[in-house]
Amino acid sequence: MNGQPADILKVAMPKGRIYKQASKLFRDAGLPIPSDFDDTRKLIIEVPEARMEFIMAKPVDVPTYVEYGVADIGIVGKDVLMEEDKDVYELLDLGIAKCRMSVIGLPDWKPTIHPRVATKYPNVASAYFREQGQQVEVIKLNGSIELAPLIGLADRIVDMVETGQTLRENGLVEQEQIFGITSRLIANRVSYRMKNDSIQSLCDRLQATLAARL
Amino acid sequence: MSKPKVFEKPIGLKDYLPDAVRKLRHIERNVLDCMQGWGYEQIITPTMEYYDTVGVASSTSDHKLYKLLNNRGTTLVLRSDITGPIARVVSSLLKEAEFPVRLSYHANVFRSIEEEAGREAEFFQTGVELVGDSSAEADAEVVALAIASLKAAGVERFRIAIGHVGFLNGLLDEALPGRIEEQELLKSCLLGRDYVGYREQLGRLQLEEPVQHELEGILRLRGGGEICDQAMALSTDQTARESIRHLCEIWEVLKAYGVNEHVLIDLTMIGDFSYYTGMTFEGYAADLGFPVVSGGRYDNLLAQFGRPAPATGFALKTTRILELLGADADDAVARTLIAYDEAGRAEALAAAGALRARGEAAVTARLDDALRKLVQNGLPKGPFAYKGMTFASLSLYEGATGKGDGGR
Repeated sequence: MNGQPADILKVAMPKGRIYKQASKLFRDAGLPIPSDFDDTRKLIIEVPEARMEFIMAKPVDVPTYVEYGVADIGIVGKDVLMEEDKDVYELLDLGIAKCRMSVIGLPDWKPTIHPRVATKYPNVASAYFREQGQQVEVIKLNGSIELAPLIGLADRIVDMVETGQTLRENGLVEQEQIFGITSRLIANRVSYRMKNDSIQSLCDRLQATLAARL
Repeated sequence: MSKPKVFEKPIGLKDYLPDAVRKLRHIERNVLDCMQGWGYEQIITPTMEYYDTVGVASSTSDHKLYKLLNNRGTTLVLRSDITGPIARVVSSLLKEAEFPVRLSYHANVFRSIEEEAGREAEFFQTGVELVGDSSAEADAEVVALAIASLKAAGVERFRIAIGHVGFLNGLLDEALPGRIEEQELLKSCLLGRDYVGYREQLGRLQLEEPVQHELEGILRLRGGGEICDQAMALSTDQTARESIRHLCEIWEVLKAYGVNEHVLIDLTMIGDFSYYTGMTFEGYAADLGFPVVSGGRYDNLLAQFGRPAPATGFALKTTRILELLGADADDAVARTLIAYDEAGRAEALAAAGALRARGEAAVTARLDDALRKLVQNGLPKGPFAYKGMTFASLSLYEGATGKGDGGR
């Protein structure tokens, strides 16, 4: 077809928490991530022999790069996908970086007349409470969300919970789980068609590796 | 929001400077010529329409329409596409016209919130509608014309994916008879391009192994003509089989057009179900993150305007193609600079008039110091710049030296 074999596949990789597990998965699938990759400070890493290029991105930006097509595919947590609502293909559940989105509060929490919820995920939180038939004021914070109920900024928070360690240490309890989170493989609408062969084969290799892990 | 600064314009709106306009006109001219070559005549419809007619019938969701009130309090919309207006025209002004009707257009359309990246509130579309023909031949004609139009626009590397909404409708109806809600859930996953969600939903439905396998398998139904056979084996449902047969026939016709190297059958490619009724397609260009053309069959639209008829068509996203073509798409026009002093003026202006009458571009200027310096060693050979504009040649009309110098 029209796609030239010389096409480079551009992959947006999330820096931080997900990265280690994602790069291990890629290596297990026999995909060529260079060994010095983990501690490099470079933002763009080319692997010409595999016709791939890795873009190191802030996790929350991965769907944006992929939507605009500056990256063909990317790896990103479901939490970001739910919050950002970008028009991309969600191809594969990679089963890594497992955690959950939850509503969290103090143990003695009681319903209030003007409920306030602090979160890094305002869209997710608003949508969830609307569905529950509750009108809440959502306060967007950028970090240390657990502080909010402790100092009285909000009576509850919506945040990602992995082990629950931070919550326990701060005397907070998980009230409800909103949805489970794992990392996903996403693809740009055009790349998925123009570079279908290489994306599909990468997808198949990852899927086979995941099946073998079970 | 604070008061806008003087250089600002509403978000999503664009100015087009001369270079961009030249390219845009070039694309527009070539594409419309191409469409005319296939028998499609261009029409122009108004920028505003009634909300209750074209607005309601439009495939654009309500919250993305620009709505205005006229002085009587009636709600108007800025057109969000040209398909609705054409359906109105074909059902009213052209209601006596015999089918099939072939129309083309090039127009700006408006969307208040574009969900796709590159959020534009106003952009250009160039497209066609073929009304009154339900055959696979008509669908193939529209796809082949879309391919010809992309080529005419100067897009070199592209791919067209075609699908059929009937296949999925039939297949799901067969696998989940009567379970409308679950069918809708699966379709909305596919429409949202959420394959992970689609597999999860399937897992939750507790279907029999072969059915589940079959429904998962459609995610891989992409390729050439062989996909038709594979899909045929998947379903005994009447609707699904008819859809596949129709798609196979389109494929055969496209083969006869000699263009199916550009085409990919993709049964997961589904458009908006409430609008499209048959074949749907999208076109993708290399190096551009968003589709450059989309289209399909919409057999229910014309009935909303009182003249039920099958129809199929496509719209080229001309503004995006503009991004794709480099600066070299069309060279700057060749202009002549005609310089004169007072005595040579009449002759100079007449010479400029003669050039313009021949269809060439001429700019006139009074001889000044800059120009005198430019010509002190004779007339420039080849292109030169004067006051920020590029010219191909210079003609000098000086009365003082006796004669005009038509040194072109």
